[in-house]
Amino acid sequence: MDQILFIVFAAIAVLCGINLVLQSHPISSALSLVGVMGALALIYLQLGGEFIAAAQLIVYAGAIMVLFIFVIMLLNAGRERETPRRLWVRWAGLPLLFLFIALMAYVVQRILPPSDEVRFGSYTFGTAEAIGTRLFTTYLLPFEITSVLILIAIVGAIVLARKEVE
Amino acid sequence: MNFLVLSLIKMAVVMFVLMTTLAYLQWIERKVIAHVQLRVGPRRVGPHGLLQPLADVIKLITKEGMVPSHVQTVFYLLAPFVAVTFALISISVIPFGPVIDIAGVKTQMGLTDLSIGVLFILGVSGMGVYGVALAGWSSNNKYALLGGLRSSAQMISYELPMALALASPLLVLNTLSFREIVAKQSFYYFGFVPNWSIFHSPFPQIIAFIVFVIAAFAETNRVPFDLPEAENELVAGFHTEYSSMKFASFFMAEYANMITVSCVAALLFLGGWQPPFPAEYGSKFIPSMVFVGSALLCFYHAANPARPFDKLTLPVVGVVSLVLAGLYLVPLAQTILLPLFWFGAKVGAILFVFIWIRATLPRFRYDQLMKFAWLFLFPIAMINLFATSLAVALTAK
Repeated sequence: MDQILFIVFAAIAVLCGINLVLQSHPISSALSLVGVMGALALIYLQLGGEFIAAAQLIVYAGAIMVLFIFVIMLLNAGRERETPRRLWVRWAGLPLLFLFIALMAYVVQRILPPSDEVRFGSYTFGTAEAIGTRLFTTYLLPFEITSVLILIAIVGAIVLARKEVE
Repeated sequence: MNFLVLSLIKMAVVMFVLMTTLAYLQWIERKVIAHVQLRVGPRRVGPHGLLQPLADVIKLITKEGMVPSHVQTVFYLLAPFVAVTFALISISVIPFGPVIDIAGVKTQMGLTDLSIGVLFILGVSGMGVYGVALAGWSSNNKYALLGGLRSSAQMISYELPMALALASPLLVLNTLSFREIVAKQSFYYFGFVPNWSIFHSPFPQIIAFIVFVIAAFAETNRVPFDLPEAENELVAGFHTEYSSMKFASFFMAEYANMITVSCVAALLFLGGWQPPFPAEYGSKFIPSMVFVGSALLCFYHAANPARPFDKLTLPVVGVVSLVLAGLYLVPLAQTILLPLFWFGAKVGAILFVFIWIRATLPRFRYDQLMKFAWLFLFPIAMINLFATSLAVALTAK
């Protein structure tokens, strides 16, 4: 059952990803990205990362992508025009892509040993409590530094976007 | 009984109740607003207009589903579907009562209980924006686009104070599962003050409750935050181009969202199905007393009828109330019915506030709306969150 669900969600994620690249309208692409995010969230959930799944749904699918679509709607971006490509680029692209993916898969499999924890239901440290405890004990410094970094980014964005006061 | 069959039965029950509530919420809203404004409201179809929702549904189904020629067809058709799906999904993590035992079958009242229930509700309600935004954009209509844009901006802005207001009771209660949240609010201070979140030590969450309810009004696009469909400036906002069932889907989504946020408010802040004072002071006789009272009222008005048919309709309601009052006294039924009564009463009270405010307040101007969210609601929710954190940290063992 887990296997079937995993394959279904993985297929949805991959199909949405392909659709994201193929679509010529920005809104279609953005919605495909939402589909990818949603499918990824479900896969996280299946692997035991409950909190990550919820965060993925809230932050990426619910907030960031809404902002994307909001901006696309606001700018009223139209269908993008295709620039003509060279013939050999068209024909060589797909085989080269597959070659690249195969190479990556091979390298990853060689470097990373198979882990016992990557099985459905065997990973149990993904709950909100577990992640919260880890964040505020073991990983306190990286966590705080990241928050300061985000704060700096927000202040920078405000400074850049602010109108000049005369 | 096997898990699948049980789940299907529960789904059918919850879906039936939710759909009926959706339909009749609209009738109640029209009636309440009518009485606030000294009108009588719908009363042509059935006694006191009780069959009006049914008539509305039949009308909407049998109407012609027009698709205007200038729309982006795929997204135009997708939008109401998205809106209603994400509005209805969230009911699946709402518990309605404790774990009960019917003829040897143990089950929890409610479809499921996630350990991240509150986050699930936040995530799914965030996805609801897509329905409105897509509807506005795909309609290819200025009014609809403006409505969709306003709605997206409003929902993004008000999600922040709402999430902050949700976070502070979670700090106090220390869990994300709705069932545990209710279980932690089941005690009484001094034996009679319930420790619901709004009274909970070390820091009562009454401010968070008020902020949450205000943000919930904005999230569900209700008056006074119904800018996305401001009739006098935007015709009907994002659903200008929609007709028949597609229009009804947006309507359903709005009411389903109302019910969900009311349920969340009742669970998180008002102790879910816990009675407001303990059973030893007689809280289990309250439902019976309420129903006997309503029965007596009905009989009195039937004896002195204001309209000729009151002689026929009111006694029927009175007898039904008496039967319900009797049912609440049966010890076996009490374990199931009492939690449902208190949960229903709390959700109903919040829904009534929704309708009451719609009948009372005018609409905000758009800049007022944004200022209110960012300069008033957000800082208050933030300060409340800090104060709660401080109180929790100081009292932690």
